[in-house]
Amino acid sequence: MIGPRLTAVIIVALLAGPTAVALAATQVGIVRPTSEPARPSAALGAQLYAGNCASCHGIAGAGISAARPGAGAVPGAGPPLRRVGALAVDFYLRRGYMPLSSIHDEPGDQRVLFSDKEIRSLVAYVAGLGRGPAIPHPVPDPANISDGFSLFTDHCSGCHQLVGRGGFVTGAKVPPLQSIAPTQIAEAVRIGPYLMPRFSRTQISDRQLNAIIAYVQSTSHPDNRGGWGIGNLGPIPEGLVAWWIGAPLLVLSARAVSRRRRSG
Amino acid sequence: MRPWHWVLGLLALVARRLRRRGGETPGTAPGVPAGSERGGDGDTPEPIVPAGSPERGAENVVLGLLGLACVFAIGFVVVYAAFDVAALPNELLGICLGGSLVCIGAALAVVAKRLVVTEELEEEYPQANPEQQREVLEIVHESGSRITRKRLLVGAGLATGGALSAAALTPTLSLGPIWDTGPLDQTPWGRGVRVVDESGRPMAAADIRQRTFYTGFPEGASTELIGAPVVIIRVDPAKLELPANRHGWAPGGILAFSKICTHAGCAVALYRKPLFPVLEPNNALVCPCHYSTFDPYTGGTVIYGPAGRPLPQLPLMVDDAGALRAAGNFSGRVGPAWWAARERPT
Amino acid sequence: MSRQRHDGLEDPVRFIDERASAAPLMRKAMRYLFPDHWSFLLGEIALYAFIVLVVTGVYLALFYVPSTAQSVYNGTYAPLRGTMMSDAYKSVLQLSLEHKAGLLLRQTHHWAADLFLVAIVMHLMRVFFTGAFRRPRELTWIIGVTMLGAALLEGFLGYSLVDDLLSGMGIAIAYGVGLSLPIIGGPLMLAIFGAPFPGKPEFFGRMYIAHVFLLPAVLAALIGAHLALIAARHHTQFRESKRTTNTRMVGAPLFPAQVPRSMGLMFLVAGILFLFGGLVQINPIWQWGPFHPYLGENGAQPDWYLGWLIGALRLTPSFDVTVGHYTLIPNPFWGGALFPLIVLGVLAGWPFIERRFSGDRAVHNIAERPRDAPNRTAFGVAFLTWVFLIFAFGAADRIFVLAGLSYDTQLYIFRIGIWVVPLALFVLVRRVCRQLQAADAVQAIQEQAEEEAEQETQRPQPVLRSTRSEPTA
Repeated sequence: MIGPRLTAVIIVALLAGPTAVALAATQVGIVRPTSEPARPSAALGAQLYAGNCASCHGIAGAGISAARPGAGAVPGAGPPLRRVGALAVDFYLRRGYMPLSSIHDEPGDQRVLFSDKEIRSLVAYVAGLGRGPAIPHPVPDPANISDGFSLFTDHCSGCHQLVGRGGFVTGAKVPPLQSIAPTQIAEAVRIGPYLMPRFSRTQISDRQLNAIIAYVQSTSHPDNRGGWGIGNLGPIPEGLVAWWIGAPLLVLSARAVSRRRRSG
Repeated sequence: MRPWHWVLGLLALVARRLRRRGGETPGTAPGVPAGSERGGDGDTPEPIVPAGSPERGAENVVLGLLGLACVFAIGFVVVYAAFDVAALPNELLGICLGGSLVCIGAALAVVAKRLVVTEELEEEYPQANPEQQREVLEIVHESGSRITRKRLLVGAGLATGGALSAAALTPTLSLGPIWDTGPLDQTPWGRGVRVVDESGRPMAAADIRQRTFYTGFPEGASTELIGAPVVIIRVDPAKLELPANRHGWAPGGILAFSKICTHAGCAVALYRKPLFPVLEPNNALVCPCHYSTFDPYTGGTVIYGPAGRPLPQLPLMVDDAGALRAAGNFSGRVGPAWWAARERPT
Repeated sequence: MSRQRHDGLEDPVRFIDERASAAPLMRKAMRYLFPDHWSFLLGEIALYAFIVLVVTGVYLALFYVPSTAQSVYNGTYAPLRGTMMSDAYKSVLQLSLEHKAGLLLRQTHHWAADLFLVAIVMHLMRVFFTGAFRRPRELTWIIGVTMLGAALLEGFLGYSLVDDLLSGMGIAIAYGVGLSLPIIGGPLMLAIFGAPFPGKPEFFGRMYIAHVFLLPAVLAALIGAHLALIAARHHTQFRESKRTTNTRMVGAPLFPAQVPRSMGLMFLVAGILFLFGGLVQINPIWQWGPFHPYLGENGAQPDWYLGWLIGALRLTPSFDVTVGHYTLIPNPFWGGALFPLIVLGVLAGWPFIERRFSGDRAVHNIAERPRDAPNRTAFGVAFLTWVFLIFAFGAADRIFVLAGLSYDTQLYIFRIGIWVVPLALFVLVRRVCRQLQAADAVQAIQEQAEEEAEQETQRPQPVLRSTRSEPTA
């Protein structure tokens, strides 16, 4: 049969390419002071900032609006950080969005390179650069999960898919939401990282946000009472199951009842 | 437990049957075709279906499979009755019913392969029947011997059939406004219509922020109409490059576009906006079905994807109370296009 | 007759024959011959899936409400409680979540639809690549392709009746594609929907009657005609021994050999479908929420059998055919209407297209091996690959999310690949077929020589053997 065999070839080809690229990409190194203090401090944050952030975000969070060569001739550019507050720094560092290996990359979930102490220090440092929002403390509200689902459908599902499995928007990849902690969800909604819209409190209140977070959390274990959930993506995995499991089983049953082929 | 009693009873039955069979000689077992006995008798005709040798093992397998099918089927009833609807595992129901059917199928497969006689017969393929073909034509031709104006009659018959078909199909015209594509052009918007949100609250221009999107509807109209929903965004007015005839359509940089994609009619539910415009792709409205992408700055022109027409823009104005109102109707037709539909010149 | 036994069957047989004069027919039907190869059962699998569809569908129809009237959901599924939704969606939610075994039957119905079309496509490929559509079976083939079209529409309607967000987006696209049909698009869609999308309330009743009555009746009638034509001309057969020739078939009779096989297959297919319905979740509609025209979700897809259309719609470059300010052919026409029309049209017309090229008008009862017809096989592979690649592009957004290959890159690869890969495969497959043929010919000569040598030593007798199909009268 042509269909499945070609599918296999294409899948292998599609998977092999990006894997090779991912393996070849160099991991970003973090510049650390030779001896770090035992407790988080804005001073440590300042040191880390100078070593790891300033080449793109400028000295003391001033921002760099036109790409210019920074350390190691790597071009650096980035938004100013003076008014972003603790909220944004906490989000970008805890999700591993920063530092970027190239300024042209889409920030996305990577390995978190800073320790908790370092993140706290950087948060303290950047928060001190200017007035900005503090880290939110959302309380997921499962009692209002239906409000959450309805708000999610209105504001989020266009990009993030109805069960938060992520997706595609022209020019960018939209991350799935299952592994994201409530605090980071709340932060992302208020920041609008990369191409995501930024939702203010007048548009989505903190109370509504708690309901949305309750819904997003529920998508980690959605109600798959129909059996094996096959990714909660809808028809694509269903079609794969139909062709890769269903079709072979049907052919096997046909073989099971048919006579054996005679030789000659 | 009741089902177990059934299973035990069935097992006992099978065991007894096996024991009884063991004591008998194969030739006299019940169910064996009598053909072998007749084999020596020259007077009796050949059997149509040749005799095969009995296979007790296969019979036992069939019995076992049918027994299992019974157990599964009864299991289905038990599962159905035993669980509350909220706790009823779909998997268990499926295994019971599917298992029962598969067991029956397997039993029949064993019957087919081991128990029934599988003959291999030969047969001529059916041929065409030229003689009958000729006779058919002859009957048709000869039966018309009294008819002189054959063509005219056939023509009249066809015309009548056509007329009656047309009459029979006419009621389908009532299905919808077939001749009038006007409704496709209509929208509930017009000059002065207030913009409200999903729950009917008027939207204030001051509440519209940059970097996010809002879904607006015309006050007093159904939210379900294809011409109703608009996506509202605010951008930096200095960056706008709207067509010249749309001067004043975007008070304070607030833009409204039809939320229905001009390609295939899905909701343009994605608004991408750069956090750091120096490096990131520019603002765009995106349809999630086929990823048609529209540029709000230039008035909804297509910058990616299959759509062939720009997203229609709704002119806006702000009333004295600060509420958003439509300043007219859309710049073009809303939703997917159709044959000979006239686009408003821009 | 001494063969006659008294076992209780005698009376019913006599009863039926005296009243219906059915004994000659029964006698003949029981000895109707079936060829010996599993691939001849693929069509039967489709038939059994259809039976499961009818049975489960009747059950679902006892619960479904074809109404778009809106009301508030107060059922057991928390994320939707308090949400406004149509009665149609609500009834399917309740059937799925609040009726025992309702979910099993709905999922089995949906899997049966998916696998019905899988079986049809496999059957179609078998018939195509063995040349079983040739004279005198062209009509059977055309009816089969028509059934494929009807099944696609039937499946789409069933998927759409639920009125969840996913299916609502599907109807929106169908409306857009329908509107794009030149000349008739606007009037046709207004007739079907009764008003611009989402249409009048009657629209759901129209879909419902089409899904549960009109199209099933059409399918059942076509299945009847398909089977009647097969019975009239018999199956093709592979050349498996010297006894199987173009005029003489070898096989097992309907009774007793074939009945338990077919019945067994029916139960196995039904069992597999119910196991799927129980074990593998399909279309969890409660997770999608209700549809409104102003809502959308990322990566919305139709069921697999319409996936080729979404791929085609996404691959089409941005343009509308316009004259002045008038749209003549809107964009969705190319991918959503013309593409499937071409595919189904080429399939339906294939017996005649092939005849035009090969000039072969003979009656064929022998199923060829793919290698025996290099041009057909090469064309079939190329054509299927063309459709398959367009189909595969429909999942490009998901491939991007999972594997990281950017959508743009894929778009360019596919826009070229859908033309280049089939062409390359055409050349390659034709060459492989010809080489296999040559190898076969060498082997045949060798075998014939050995056979002759053997027979010369024993009892000289003329032997006829050929690997190609024989001409017939």
